[in-house]
Amino acid sequence: MSFFDKQNQYQRKELEDILRTATPLDVRQVLQKGSLREKDFLILLSSAAEPFLEQMAQKAHEITIRQFGKTILLYTPMYLSNFCTNQCSYCGFSTGNRIARKQLTLEEVEKEARAIADTGLKHILILTGDARNMASIEYLKSCIHILSRYFTSISIEIYALEAQEYRELIHAGVDALTLYQETYNPELYRELHGKGPKSDYRFRLEAPERACREKIRAVNIGALLGLDAWQTEAFMTGIHAAYLQDRFPEVEVSISLPRMRPHAGEFQPRFIVKDRNLIQILLAFRLFMPRAGITISTRESEAFRNNILRLGVTKMSAGSTTRVGGHTNSEDNTGQFEICDHRTVSEIKSFIQSHGYQPVFKDWQPILEMDSTAKENHF
Amino acid sequence: MKDLLKIGDVELESRLFTGTGKYGSDALIPEIIKESGSQVITVALRRVDMDSAENNILDNIPKHVQLLPNTSGARNAGEAVRIARLARAAGCGNWIKIEVISDNKYLLPDGYETIRATEILVKEGFVVLPYISPDLMVARALVDAGAATVMPLGAPIGSNRGLKTRELIRILIDEIDLPIVVDAGIGTPSQACEAMEMGAAACLVNTAIAGASDPVLMARAFGQAVKAGRAAYLAGPGAVSSRGIASSPLTGFLREAD
Repeated sequence: MSFFDKQNQYQRKELEDILRTATPLDVRQVLQKGSLREKDFLILLSSAAEPFLEQMAQKAHEITIRQFGKTILLYTPMYLSNFCTNQCSYCGFSTGNRIARKQLTLEEVEKEARAIADTGLKHILILTGDARNMASIEYLKSCIHILSRYFTSISIEIYALEAQEYRELIHAGVDALTLYQETYNPELYRELHGKGPKSDYRFRLEAPERACREKIRAVNIGALLGLDAWQTEAFMTGIHAAYLQDRFPEVEVSISLPRMRPHAGEFQPRFIVKDRNLIQILLAFRLFMPRAGITISTRESEAFRNNILRLGVTKMSAGSTTRVGGHTNSEDNTGQFEICDHRTVSEIKSFIQSHGYQPVFKDWQPILEMDSTAKENHF
Repeated sequence: MKDLLKIGDVELESRLFTGTGKYGSDALIPEIIKESGSQVITVALRRVDMDSAENNILDNIPKHVQLLPNTSGARNAGEAVRIARLARAAGCGNWIKIEVISDNKYLLPDGYETIRATEILVKEGFVVLPYISPDLMVARALVDAGAATVMPLGAPIGSNRGLKTRELIRILIDEIDLPIVVDAGIGTPSQACEAMEMGAAACLVNTAIAGASDPVLMARAFGQAVKAGRAAYLAGPGAVSSRGIASSPLTGFLREAD
C-alpha cells in the first residue's frame, strides 16, 4: 500500500470533527503519554491544545536534547536553474511570471560551490525549476560531480523523479531528497497545478517512497503552509512522515514547515498561519515523532528563528539566496521567493553558539563507492 | 596490582568510555575527559571534518585519549566496513566501534550485519568493538569473529532509560569471555554503577553527560560511579536475601559447643 492509498483512508470531515471536539482533558491525557498515536497528534494540533503550548514546548525541548543534543545542522540552498514548465499559482518560477530565466553553466556551478564552501558549509541543497529538458538528469549529474568535491552531503529539491532517475542521482552522490507535496488536499492540488508535469498529484506524493526504495539516506517532506487549513496539512505531513519511517526504517525522515512568502505573481495565502500556529505544528510533530528532524529555513524571520532554537528544530539554512547564481551575485535574476532571515553563515553560527548550541557543519560522510576524483576530496 | 582493562594492546585504567555527540560546544570535550577520567572517546566519522580549520571535532580531543571512531550512519555491513576504512585512512587509528543501524525509529543495532562487518574488519587488522542488542548468540558469533569487546545496549540510544536489558547483559557477562562494555541507555551515574557492580568491564556514556544541565559535573559523577561500581564488583558483594539475617544465629551454640 503506497501513501496514496493510505491517505485515502482519512476522511477530511472526520479529521475536522476531532479537531473541533477535542477538549483540554484530551490534550492533558496526550501529554501524559510516552508515545503518541495518530489521533493524539491530531489532538495536539487542535485549538484545544493552544493553551498548552508551554507544556508542549518543555516536553519537546527535553526530547530534542535527548535525541539530537544541543546541535543545529546548517546547510544552504543553491539554485541551479529557474526554468520551469509548471504554472503553480504560488511560485515565483511559474511560467506565467515574466522573469529572467537562467541556468548555471558548470563553470558557474563550481564558482558558486567554492563561494559556499568558503563559508565552511558541508551540506548543500540544490534546487531547480521543473524543466527536465533544461535541468536534465545528465545536467544534474554533472553538477553533482562538481559539488561532491566541495560538500559531503548533497540534497536535491527538484521535480519529482522516476525510481531509475533517483537511483542514478544517488549513485552520482546525492544522499538526501527534499520534496514538498505543497498541499495534501488533492482537489486543491488540482486547482493550483492546472498545467505542467507537476499536475500529477499521485506521482508527486509517491516520489519520496520511490527514493526510499532506491536507498536514499534521508528524505525531507512538507506542505506549503498557507495554501489550505494548517491543521489538516500539518496532520497529513506528520502521517506521511510516520508512514515513510515505518515503511523504510533505514531512512532518516524529517519535515520542513515552509510558510508562504512574498513572491513574483499575484497569488496570496488563503490561510494565515500565525507564529503560534507554526510553533504548535513544530511542537506537536516533535512529540509525535521524537526521532525525526525538523527544518526551519530562512523563509522565517531572524527573530522567529532565534526564538525557536530550543523548541525542537534540528536543521536550519544559512546564508541563503533563492536566486540562480545568488551566492556569487554573477547576474541578477528573480528569486523563487523572498527570504526573511538575511544573516550570513558566520552570523548565524555566532548566534547559535551564543545560545549554548553547536552549529554543525558536517554530519554526513559519503560512503558510496564513487569515482576516484570525488573520493580524493572527502578528506 | 592495578586493575587494568586490556583491549587490543591498550591497557586502560578508566572504565568509563565517553562520546562526542550532542554537546552545545565541542570545546567542552577536554573538560569532560579531565573530570570523568575517561581514556576512550567515541566519535562518529560522519562528524569529522578534516578539511576544516575551525570545525574539526578531533582538535578538541586530547592526544592521550584513545580514539574510538564509530560507524554511525551505516545501514549494513558494507557501509560499516567502508566507514571504518575511511576512518583509518583519515588517521583515526585502528579501533572501530561498529554501529549498524537500519532502524531510525528505535535506533536498534542490526546483529547480523554487525557480525558480518566484524568478520571483515578483524581480518583487516582493526580492533573491533561492536555495538549490539544483548543477544547471547550474536555475542558468541562476535567472539568467533575476533571482536575485542562486546558492547550491549542497556536501552535504546539516547533514551536515558537505564539498564532495561539487565538480565540479558548479566548472561553476556557470565558467558562471554570478552570485556562487556554497556553502551547506550544509561541515564544516571547510579545505573552505570549498577552495571559495573554486575561485572561489566566498562560503560560508554554520552547522552546522559551531554544532555545534563552541567555536563562537566555530570562527567565527574559518572567517573566516580563507574569507579565505585568496579570497586564493589571486585570487593564481592554479599549475597542478597529477601529476609533479614540475624547477626546472632540460632545455631551459634553448635560452634560454641565444638
